[in-house]
Amino acid sequence: MGLVEPGIGLIIWMTLAFLVVWVGLYKMAWPSILQSIKEREDSIQKALNSSSEAKAEVENLKSEIDEMRKEARAERETIITEARDSANKIVAESKEAAKAEYDRIVKAAQEDIRNEKNAALAEVKNQVAKFSIEIAEKVLNKELADKKAQESLVEDLLKSI
Amino acid sequence: MEQNKRTVKLNFKLVISYLFALSFILNISSVKAESGGEEFNAGDMIMHHVMDAHEIHYMTLAKGTPEETHLSIPLPIILYTPDNGIEIFSSSKFHNDEHKYGRYIMHHEKIYIANEAGELDLDAEGHASNAKPLDLSITKTVAGIFICVILMFLVFGSVAKAYKKRPGQAPKGLQSFMEPLILFIRDEVAKPSIGPKYEKFMPYLLTVFFFIWFSNVLGLIPFVGGFNVTGNIAITIVLALFTFFITIIKGNKHYWAHIFATPGVPGWLLPLMIPIEILSMFSKPLVLNLRLFANILAGHIVILSFMSLIFLFKGMYGPGAGFGVSIVSMAFAMFINLLEILVAFLQAYVFTLLSALYFGDAVQEAHH
Repeated sequence: MGLVEPGIGLIIWMTLAFLVVWVGLYKMAWPSILQSIKEREDSIQKALNSSSEAKAEVENLKSEIDEMRKEARAERETIITEARDSANKIVAESKEAAKAEYDRIVKAAQEDIRNEKNAALAEVKNQVAKFSIEIAEKVLNKELADKKAQESLVEDLLKSI
Repeated sequence: MEQNKRTVKLNFKLVISYLFALSFILNISSVKAESGGEEFNAGDMIMHHVMDAHEIHYMTLAKGTPEETHLSIPLPIILYTPDNGIEIFSSSKFHNDEHKYGRYIMHHEKIYIANEAGELDLDAEGHASNAKPLDLSITKTVAGIFICVILMFLVFGSVAKAYKKRPGQAPKGLQSFMEPLILFIRDEVAKPSIGPKYEKFMPYLLTVFFFIWFSNVLGLIPFVGGFNVTGNIAITIVLALFTFFITIIKGNKHYWAHIFATPGVPGWLLPLMIPIEILSMFSKPLVLNLRLFANILAGHIVILSFMSLIFLFKGMYGPGAGFGVSIVSMAFAMFINLLEILVAFLQAYVFTLLSALYFGDAVQEAHH
């Protein structure tokens, strides 16, 4: 049967032709094609990787920025609080100081007033005493102008002792 | 609206091409139908078309009359005999009534050396028993092989050049048509079947896949010569033997251990197992060979059978019946032809996949 009877010539030609195309394409086509495809795949993979890396980095940066912002906000918060506190403190301190000064001034003033008053009182007392002595002198001078009056006085005095 | 227009246009194109194809084939059929007295023999016609020949025969004009002419491309005949060495001449030298040139006689596309009377010694069944020279002719099938080989060099040479010229860039043109196929062979055939050592088998797998695919498709293109490369058993034998020898040569210790001392099989079974394993070693390339051969041959035969129906009906009921049947039978033949385009790819894929699986068996490491 002719159909399943392989021709010797055909087998020889086929073997030769197939070897030629196999070796020929092995030399000039397949390795470079496969290599190029592989290289391109690698580069695409690399690009994809680096893009996802970049994305992650951006994500990182974002979270870092968020962190920083949060930190800054907290810091601002503490600074403001501190400032408020210190302002309050300063105000309180100055109030205290003012009060102390005031108290001191008032006290000093009171002291002065008291001193002045005492001095004035003393002055008045002195004057009064002086006037009294002078009046008493004048009265005495007038009373004791005669001898009799002087004697009666001495007598009285003696009696009272 | 735009879409609608386009489909209408496409359909129009389809109809035109169908009518064109039909008229072309009817033209030929009418030429053949006018062949006169001789009765149409479908079996002979089909066998004549699917078998190898020493010329690319298109049609016979005015058959059976004195002005009979063959429209054909003669191919070189190369014969080797120990006494005469190599002889090369055109197959058109056999175009005479006796199909005789010098001491050679062509009988049913086989070349014999004439006996002393200058004739063939025919037995009762019409088989010649004459001596045969070694026929190294460039037959129709060899021409088909050459066309495929040249085509492959052109296509993959240009594809390889495209990769070198534009490294790292997206494929373009022919390159982008071939790349998915190359990737398909690499990722769907070689990698899963062979495993990590797939790379050294890639050139063979790609060559075998594209050779089978190209020659299958070449056989489906009408009017280029009706090549039946992969439907010829000599071709598939050679391809299967390549796969077989690569398997044997690349087979590692584990592969041979599997054949001669199948792991997990008790010793007393080995006398039974070894012959079975050896048989399977040889049956693998055999089925590889037969599957491809039978599938492609069957496709050609089915298409030709539908064509034959036209002439059978014409012979039985006249030209009207032949024309009537031609519409149905052309539709079927076209359908089978489209199916064969799928089969062309499928068989190339199956051959490559099975080769890859055998290579995978040959190089896999023990993992029992």
